Amino acid sequence: MRRRVVVVGYGMVGARFAEEVRRRDPDGTRVALTVLGMEDRPAYNRVLLSTVLAGGLTPQAVQMHDVGWAAEHRVDVRTGVAVIRIDRRRRVVHAADGTAVPYDDLVLATGSRAWLPPVVGLADPPRLAPGTTPTRARRYPDSRRPGPGVAVFRDLDDCARILDMARPGARLAVVGGGLLGLEAARGLAGRGVEVTLVHPCEHLMERQLDAGAGAVLAAVVGKLGIALRMGAGATAWAPGTGLTCDDGAMLDVDGVIVAAGVYAETGLAADAGIDVDRGVLVDDRLATSAPRVYAVGDCAQHAAAPAGLVQPGWEQAAVLADLLTDHDPAARYRGTRAVTRLKARDVDLAVVGDGLAGEDATDPETELLRFTDARRGRYASLALRDDLVVGGIVIGFPDAAATLIQLHDSGQPAPADRLALLFGRALPGEAAPTSDPGRLPAAAVVCRCNTVTKGALVSAWRAGATDAAALRRATRAGTGCGSCVDTVAGICDWLAGADPDPPAALVGVPGGHEEEGAA
Amino acid sequence: MTTPTHCPYCALQCGTAVAPSGEVTPRQFPTNRGGLCQKGWTAGSLLGHPERLTTPLLRPARAAPLGPVSWDAALGHVAQQLVRLRATHGPDSVAVFGGGGLTNEKSYLLGKFARVALGTSQIDYNGRFCMSSAAVAGNRAFGIDRGLSFPVTDLDDAEVVLLAGANVAETMPPLLGHLGGAQLVVVDPRRTPTAERAIASGGLHLQPVPGTDLVLALGMLHAAVADGRLDTDYLTARTSGLEETWRVAARWWPERAERVCGVAAADMRAAVGLLAGAQRRYVLTARGAEQHAHGVDTVTAWINLSLALGLPGRPGSGFGTITGQGNGQGGREHGQKADQLPGYRRIDDPASRAHIASVWGVDAAALPGPGRSATELLDALGRPGGPRALLVFGSNPLVSAPDATAVAQRLAALELLVVADFLPGETALAADVVLPVAQWAEEEGTLTNLEGRVLRRRRALDPPPGVRTDLEVISGLARRLGASGFPAEPERVFDELRAASAGGPADYAGISYARLDAGEALHWPCPGPDHPGTPRMFLSRFAHSDGRARLVPVDPPAAAEPPDAEFPLRATTGRVLVHYQSGVQTRRIDELAAIVPESFVEVHPDTAARAGLADGEWARVVSRRGSVLARVRCVPSLRIDTVFLPFHFGGEQTANRVTNPALDPLSRMPEFKVAAVQLIPTRECVTVLEHCYALTGAEYLR
Repeated sequence: MRRRVVVVGYGMVGARFAEEVRRRDPDGTRVALTVLGMEDRPAYNRVLLSTVLAGGLTPQAVQMHDVGWAAEHRVDVRTGVAVIRIDRRRRVVHAADGTAVPYDDLVLATGSRAWLPPVVGLADPPRLAPGTTPTRARRYPDSRRPGPGVAVFRDLDDCARILDMARPGARLAVVGGGLLGLEAARGLAGRGVEVTLVHPCEHLMERQLDAGAGAVLAAVVGKLGIALRMGAGATAWAPGTGLTCDDGAMLDVDGVIVAAGVYAETGLAADAGIDVDRGVLVDDRLATSAPRVYAVGDCAQHAAAPAGLVQPGWEQAAVLADLLTDHDPAARYRGTRAVTRLKARDVDLAVVGDGLAGEDATDPETELLRFTDARRGRYASLALRDDLVVGGIVIGFPDAAATLIQLHDSGQPAPADRLALLFGRALPGEAAPTSDPGRLPAAAVVCRCNTVTKGALVSAWRAGATDAAALRRATRAGTGCGSCVDTVAGICDWLAGADPDPPAALVGVPGGHEEEGAA
Repeated sequence: MTTPTHCPYCALQCGTAVAPSGEVTPRQFPTNRGGLCQKGWTAGSLLGHPERLTTPLLRPARAAPLGPVSWDAALGHVAQQLVRLRATHGPDSVAVFGGGGLTNEKSYLLGKFARVALGTSQIDYNGRFCMSSAAVAGNRAFGIDRGLSFPVTDLDDAEVVLLAGANVAETMPPLLGHLGGAQLVVVDPRRTPTAERAIASGGLHLQPVPGTDLVLALGMLHAAVADGRLDTDYLTARTSGLEETWRVAARWWPERAERVCGVAAADMRAAVGLLAGAQRRYVLTARGAEQHAHGVDTVTAWINLSLALGLPGRPGSGFGTITGQGNGQGGREHGQKADQLPGYRRIDDPASRAHIASVWGVDAAALPGPGRSATELLDALGRPGGPRALLVFGSNPLVSAPDATAVAQRLAALELLVVADFLPGETALAADVVLPVAQWAEEEGTLTNLEGRVLRRRRALDPPPGVRTDLEVISGLARRLGASGFPAEPERVFDELRAASAGGPADYAGISYARLDAGEALHWPCPGPDHPGTPRMFLSRFAHSDGRARLVPVDPPAAAEPPDAEFPLRATTGRVLVHYQSGVQTRRIDELAAIVPESFVEVHPDTAARAGLADGEWARVVSRRGSVLARVRCVPSLRIDTVFLPFHFGGEQTANRVTNPALDPLSRMPEFKVAAVQLIPTRECVTVLEHCYALTGAEYLR
């Protein structure tokens, strides 16, 4: 008997879960898989929407599955199907179109939704979607739709709506200075839109960044043509008039993009009596409080999974596929280390672990490294405990970001050279090549292909090989790849200049003391 | 009076002149233009080396020492044993192991010898450890596998060259002379001399975690798409498979790839920008990309990137793989590979079998089918159903194969091990019969270099008395086995090879000694005596039937052996400038051995300190399979999670004692480039050093 697994949600994580199941059960002998997606299109890669907004990718390019994918992999994918109720007792999910789908195991991958702040004009007046209970609408007032001239930034339709507004020369406000708001603002600015970013807090990305990093980021973003309005909350939006802020300003803009955060889509689970906090609560098996019901991705809340990132969802999808295909009944999800990476052209920002770990400077156990170069848009702040990276913020040091992420992920101790760690590269100095042949040590290898040292060249010169061709014959220097030919010529000139009567006068060759022990 | 020939070592096959004394000097030739590295300069010093094998040696019993015997006695013994084993256990009880350094003639005759004189399917060669992943990827993408589809001199005009897993500054130094004008992007976990050149050229050094090159290439393909760098006209006109390939690459946005491979997303974009922004650009891969349990897919990922940017088959640009061994190209074309017949034909293709059978004058049905790949062949030795005798030509698997300890056990389980060599290498010393053979400067033949150009190797001096050529050995053995059609004269063998290759992908039909000796530069395919050869392939079409190149979707698998608490480091293996392959030759050249006399392990200073080690101390590098003795070299530019071992040393210093025999599913290439290891201090070096180096000459013979 095949296990009937029904997935609610055909987003990045639901789609990934289906792939992971079929990777373990390619012929569908163990699991019959049904995926119900609310949007009327195949799954797509939401992470890349900011690249679509910036013009790097077309909407087609972010699609995760080709048209034939579902049939080819024996997955019953139904798009445009909104699930409205879970009947746990009968093990059936009911959809808005009246269909009922029975399950043995149910996977909730309903994702999250954009939040519309309670600001006049941002949302249409509350309106109940079909099948929505009044209770639910009260609990989640933001299932309201964006009002005229307003867009959220969550799905492909939102993207299309924003791009409609984003004609070159258009003036748009982006409300929300978090990751998504910044990516949207950067993409729009790159399209020639006049962008004002409105953020109610004192600095950008305040959940991840300390004030110093926020200030440097503001400087970087400012140089990219984005106007910033910090510490300002939007209070009212009126198309044709503008966006009023609580600092008294009125922004004369043509539209508003709201990127004020998301909340987990937990309504179905809550209505079914499943335990819900910020998300649907799950354990290390991704199991909810209800038997045979699981949750993965943005809609799930696991103690060790950072919210709002795709990596945890994909890792959860693999674990759950291990479990539901019986591929590895011992598989468990233990959490994902948080890495936040801003995807915005010309802004290189990474937050590793707890970016604010260094804030408590009184903690004697914490080693804090910090560097600020606001003028050049560079910032690095790093907190270590027992040589392990516990948190870091890096702006404008791409190499350091890559290294820190790996140190954090692997739990390896950080290198002792803390400056190199902070800046991403070892500082020069230990073996800086010199262009002055006189200062080159005798043991320095001049010709690598033939292992010819400066000392050997000097010896050959003293033995009578006093021009470049003769040195080449005598030592083979320069006969490999040829890249040292100029250096050999330089040494030859230096020897000749120091001793114009070779090779009779062998005494007094500059650097003569260096030859001792040379090869 | 000197004889023009070519260096015995790598696939660049630098032009050299050999004096009657054996002294080697470089000569003008397009690949090296008068240059030569230290290995090449000193190659002649082995011709009269005191350890040179000049008489056949035989071990009368497995536990007895090797002792000198006559050729008749040696070959007679071998033939008698082979006949006995074949009669008792069937033809597959005898196996043959060849090498990528053997000439085209030897490769061809060895394959024919196995299939016709022995009737065995069990033949493979050390090229499986070298070029097999690149070969499969090239065939899959382009429909044919030639390392470079253009002459090396085309690189002279390159503006940007990406080298993936290629340390040419050490492995092929004169090649750098062709890259002098280019900005280099070097992909290597280590800051190699080539990587230093990249930085000096204004290019980039991308330093991925060993084993994650595939992810890096996917991240770069993603960047190429998202940054609008695709050559869409080219992709439409000349390729297929972009859409499916993108579906996978779409999931590897640079920031996600960065988290796995450790290369900054910004550097991926910058590297793509360099390649896309130039007119004349190349992507070249080598063993660093290929020697993985997912080597084919890794090479494919680099090919995909090249195709996305419109490089292959475009004048002044291209994709290529840098062949390693001297005849790494020709050696994989003429039938010493388990699944191939001469002319790069597939042994499971009926038409190919019929053609070859007709050239060989045998019944096609009598030709064996595909045999085991090198690693699997070695693993089967002495096991039930596996070969009981092994004949080795031009290879030293005891040092060069993965999991060397297990290989030693398998060799010991054989009833008969025969090794043809000119020096007492590790595998020869373990043999029951050692056959002393001629060296490169003492024989005639052809090799095919990295650009598919067929070159003449010429006899500059006579072999020492008592020494025979490999062809003479094969011919003599065949005669004793009652088989005819095994000439020992190189030109006769080559003429037969031409006929056998005719009509195959690697078609040598039109190439003759006369044309080569007249100075013609002939690159295969060269189907007829009037055909000028094919220096540049793919200019108008690729070799698939529809003329299009294939982008193939590839997704990184889980690591074969991820580091853990017990084995926390990644060991990767590779080469140094002064040594070649398993080091049997270069370790015996004083000038080279003085520079790198012993194995070493490159370690980040912090990693060394944590292991209780300091620069210059001896350490054991230990994996689940075995351990290697090496002297610590602290290298601040190394990744802290990575150690590097050169594989040129034997005995306790055999790097392959730690490597993982996990195989690529398509090419059967072992996972040479990543093994999980730990590093521990040791005080045992002195005794071992005595063991490794104090013994010489006759002492080896016990």
